[in-house]
Amino acid sequence: MTPDPYLFLVIFVGVALVFPLIPLGLAWLWRRFFQPPKPGPDKLSIYECGVESVGDAQIQFRSQYYLYAIIFLIFDVEAVFLVPFAVAFTGLPVGAFIAILIFLLLLLEGLVWAWGKGCLSWQR
Amino acid sequence: MSEIDEQLCAELQKHGVWVTSIQELYNWGRKNSIWPLQFGLACCAIEMIATAASRYDIARFGGEIFRPSPRQADLMIVAGTVTKKMAPQIVRLYNQMAEPKYVIAMGACAISGGPFKQGYNVLKGIDRYIPVDVYIPGCPPRPEALLHAFMELQRKIDEQKLTGASKAEHLDPKQPSEFPVPAFGKHDLEPPANPDVFHPPVLERQS
Repeated sequence: MTPDPYLFLVIFVGVALVFPLIPLGLAWLWRRFFQPPKPGPDKLSIYECGVESVGDAQIQFRSQYYLYAIIFLIFDVEAVFLVPFAVAFTGLPVGAFIAILIFLLLLLEGLVWAWGKGCLSWQR
Repeated sequence: MSEIDEQLCAELQKHGVWVTSIQELYNWGRKNSIWPLQFGLACCAIEMIATAASRYDIARFGGEIFRPSPRQADLMIVAGTVTKKMAPQIVRLYNQMAEPKYVIAMGACAISGGPFKQGYNVLKGIDRYIPVDVYIPGCPPRPEALLHAFMELQRKIDEQKLTGASKAEHLDPKQPSEFPVPAFGKHDLEPPANPDVFHPPVLERQS
């Protein structure tokens, strides 16, 4: 008679339960008989780097940063495009050169526009 | 937990039977898995890093797992000059460590302020605020000295008792686990030393 193929699963579930419960139970017994718990304000504090935590963790960041993030992202992508262009520069036809120039000018126009809008000056 | 006859133990070991007590097993496990706090203050920390690295290899003594969290650390190696700005943080870190916890004061600065003892901003020994188990002199101590201190600490752990009047401090409910954190005063840390912890040696001059 072959054993039920799901019998192994049942055994696994049993082992998976007992395996972590043994050390947890031993630790509980140890605390019960030998080690007195010694809680305190420092030991129970949340932050654990020696510095006392100040204020709330759920703070709001200024939305001012997103403009810089967007402008940075655009020029970051531009750098990604410029690197292969610079590598293949000597072998490129005139059309490709004009194309990347238009791409650069478009981004430059965007920068000038953002500058004109006052995005680059820090607003308090 | 009665004492085991050592001769009987040795005789049994020859026949391949190991007899031990919970206390010995507990201390054996503890002393071979001391996890230090990953915490360096000054130039002694470089020697501590060298001790942890492959040449000196503190892993041979079971102490290679430097924990960045005091919750998981057993040993605080005060490695370097303790400034008065840093002292409250050190005491707080010590308080946040789980019991049992041990302290090695590494180097002249951690012991007494060392060459910077006269400095207005230097704490003259971390033992003013927290109990120190092993002191290592040197400026900085060589990695071998730190390993020696580590072995001394292992010896100390091995001799700690689980029960009885002379049982280990962390098992005694009356012994404190936290020590008061000093505050920044107008001129100095307040209090300048914890009188419960700090017992400076009294010089007895012979006339």
